[in-house]
Amino acid sequence: MAYLVKINGKTHSVDVDGDTPLLWVLRDVLGMTGTKFGCGMALCGACTVHVDGNAVRSCVTPVDSLKGSSVTTIEAVGSTPAGAKVQKAWLDREVVQCGYCQSGQIMSAAALLAANPKPTDADIDDAMAGNICRCGTYGRIREAIKQAAQSQTRSQGKGG
Amino acid sequence: MTDLSRRNFLLTAAGGGMMLGLSLPPAGAQAAGDKPFVPNVFVRIGKDGQIVLTMPYVEMGQGTYTSIPMLIAEELEVALSQVKLEHAPPDEKTYGNPLLAGVQATGGSTAVMASWQPLRQAGAVARTLLIQAAAKRWNVDPVSCRAQEGEVLHTASGRKLKYGELAADAASLPVPKDVPLKAPKDFKLIGTPAKRLDAPAKVNGAALYGIDVRPPGVKVATLAQSPVFGGKLRNVDDTAARAVKGVRQVVKLDDCVAVVADHMGAAKKGLAALKVEWDDGPHANLTTQDIARELEQATRNAGAVAEDVGDTDKALASAATRVEASYQVPFLAHATMEPMNCTVHVRRDGCDVWVGTQVAARAQAAAAKVTGLPLEKVVLHQHLIGGGFGRRLEIDGVTRATQIAQKVDGPVKVVWTREEDIQHDMYRPLWFDRLSAGLDESGKPVAWNHRFAGSSVIARWLPPGFNNGLDPDSIEGAVKFAYGLPNKRVEYLRVEPPGIPTTFWRSVGPSHTIFVVESFMDELAAAAKQDPVAYRLALLDKTPRAKAALALAAEKAGWGRKLPEGSGRGVSVQTVFGSCFATVAEVAVAKDGSVRVRRVVAVMDCGTVVNPDTVRAQIESAINFGISAALYGEITLKDGRVEQSNFDNYQVLRMDEAPVIEVHIVKSGEAPGGMGEPGTSAIVPAVANAIFAATGKRLRKMPVDTELLKRPA
Repeated sequence: MAYLVKINGKTHSVDVDGDTPLLWVLRDVLGMTGTKFGCGMALCGACTVHVDGNAVRSCVTPVDSLKGSSVTTIEAVGSTPAGAKVQKAWLDREVVQCGYCQSGQIMSAAALLAANPKPTDADIDDAMAGNICRCGTYGRIREAIKQAAQSQTRSQGKGG
Repeated sequence: MTDLSRRNFLLTAAGGGMMLGLSLPPAGAQAAGDKPFVPNVFVRIGKDGQIVLTMPYVEMGQGTYTSIPMLIAEELEVALSQVKLEHAPPDEKTYGNPLLAGVQATGGSTAVMASWQPLRQAGAVARTLLIQAAAKRWNVDPVSCRAQEGEVLHTASGRKLKYGELAADAASLPVPKDVPLKAPKDFKLIGTPAKRLDAPAKVNGAALYGIDVRPPGVKVATLAQSPVFGGKLRNVDDTAARAVKGVRQVVKLDDCVAVVADHMGAAKKGLAALKVEWDDGPHANLTTQDIARELEQATRNAGAVAEDVGDTDKALASAATRVEASYQVPFLAHATMEPMNCTVHVRRDGCDVWVGTQVAARAQAAAAKVTGLPLEKVVLHQHLIGGGFGRRLEIDGVTRATQIAQKVDGPVKVVWTREEDIQHDMYRPLWFDRLSAGLDESGKPVAWNHRFAGSSVIARWLPPGFNNGLDPDSIEGAVKFAYGLPNKRVEYLRVEPPGIPTTFWRSVGPSHTIFVVESFMDELAAAAKQDPVAYRLALLDKTPRAKAALALAAEKAGWGRKLPEGSGRGVSVQTVFGSCFATVAEVAVAKDGSVRVRRVVAVMDCGTVVNPDTVRAQIESAINFGISAALYGEITLKDGRVEQSNFDNYQVLRMDEAPVIEVHIVKSGEAPGGMGEPGTSAIVPAVANAIFAATGKRLRKMPVDTELLKRPA
């Protein structure tokens, strides 16, 4: 049967089995290839997206579990305040190398900052330990998250 | 490829081999009129002023899409942002890597080394011709003109012409062979931390890796290959698989079955629904222990002599103290974040291949071989690589995908599951080493005897590089190391393991030799009851760059400063990949034997630095890659099958385990050395030596066995 999925503000109808992981709906059915396949078992985080603002691994998220939830992917995370700051910090800190895992890293970091504007090192470890980077960019990811947190706090201060 | 001078170059220059290459469109001859200005195979300038660099190397994270354009931009006197990149087409004659015997390959940390002269020369020639064209137009002496910011300027009159306006004129001038290069003191870009050109597309999902291509009508396939290497497909019941929604076809090959579907979700579901029987073939009972035993036994006999200085036997016999040890390192998988994949469209009269590869020309040839098509009918579309580490120096994936695509009507993207990627990798070889050393009364080493056995990747990958039982990669780091020793012998025995394929892995030969050499050197210091840093420094007079790097690393690390119980510092120093590199690792060993690497101080002397931030990033990267291997990395065989399958049982370093890494780059005017790999070979012994300092336990087998490090609670 066809399922309605709401992705980046737009609703799509997809005709796949209900147990099809969201990852493949995004990548192969809808052609949104920014979300990456890494392990298929929620072990590496490359496929991380936001479902109603929470970081989830799309490789183990069946499409029939979404039930009207809003999905945000790397293609649109820049339009969220936390996502935009994370992307900017990623560029300022020159985080990326091969870049393949970075969609997932950015999605995890953006969800972290949206929920916890001033994460400690331990908070960062907790939120990011599920995202593997074989290029070993961890040190820069940590610095970039801290930078994004600072800019976030500053801009929130300005706004308030 | 068998050209002697080239072979020599390989043997004497880069040694090990892991850089990679790309390919591009025809550059070729000088053209007139409206045609672009193409002074050489690397640079093209159009009438619109667009500067295009034909990139002979592929980007897989190492920053080559930034550092190589910097070389051209520097000599062309343009901003980095004005240079556009194109992949070099598969064309070994034009874009072969001079440091890898002319193979069109990106590997071995060679890209900057191999490009340093030719790419700057390419830019300088273009600049010279543009100046000449302008001078001719103005009827002035070229010496009175200069290039700046994409224009030629006549200094006296202030007249200016943009490169685009000069392209057609410049295209009609004879191309000089060699022109003077800029003096380092005039560098504007080289040595500055340029922003990565590939970064913006990698933070918003826009970057296209091989796995992301979607030619019209593409189907997605996933595969199961014989779980035992060399086994065959006996029987498949695909009834249930074909009933899965979205599954279109089941492809059966001799040793593989693939499910072709509308999307990967259906392909995986279909694959899981197959009932497959395999004929395991001759390696059905193979275990890693069998292979290790064979290597151990091989080292009881003499090997090919890779280095022979003085009289080692005599010096050993008369030494005051003798130290002996044996070492072993495991098979390792690459586990690149982008699983293996390749998209192929086979037609009767041609074939398209979409893939991120470190060897473009070989990838094209692989598809041509499977299809029987002439090379020129195979179009290779190169892509960004989501992690290479040597894995994509091989074309087994292209071959496999083309075999499947031959049976599919239309384009098919073949995607390896993570399990398939790990269980059908080609692996860093397992090696076994035997060492003995003699010390004089003062504890100084006077004899060093090192014999080891393992697979020679070069013998298969580049047969002319294997001579008299030796290849330059397997022995790099073991021979001609930084230390001055009066008597030294190194022997290598090529032993190919049955039933498991091997290949290059980040830091290649030195991933093994540096671990062994630097661990054993640490053992000698301990036997002499001397400080490991002081002991090494005393042996480094003939390699002042290495000595200085080591001294600086020790100083920056606070070597000798007290650490808490259960913690320790370890050191390593190496001169491989054309660079000197010293590392101090600080580890903490918990009561349960688990090891955390807390801090790493690294000193790199890689000669002239093109992009210092890339160098820093690559050292951080290579160190974390090596820590994964030291703490967790091991591929084992049981019943001929690889036992590991995904990141739960082939663990890699994660955020919460990553150390603080401090990188110090030595200022140098020497020619550039490699920097993508040294961190990986260096960190493994530094960690092992730190564990010894923390616990007194010498680990001679990788990865770390926490059982050996347990302490009573």
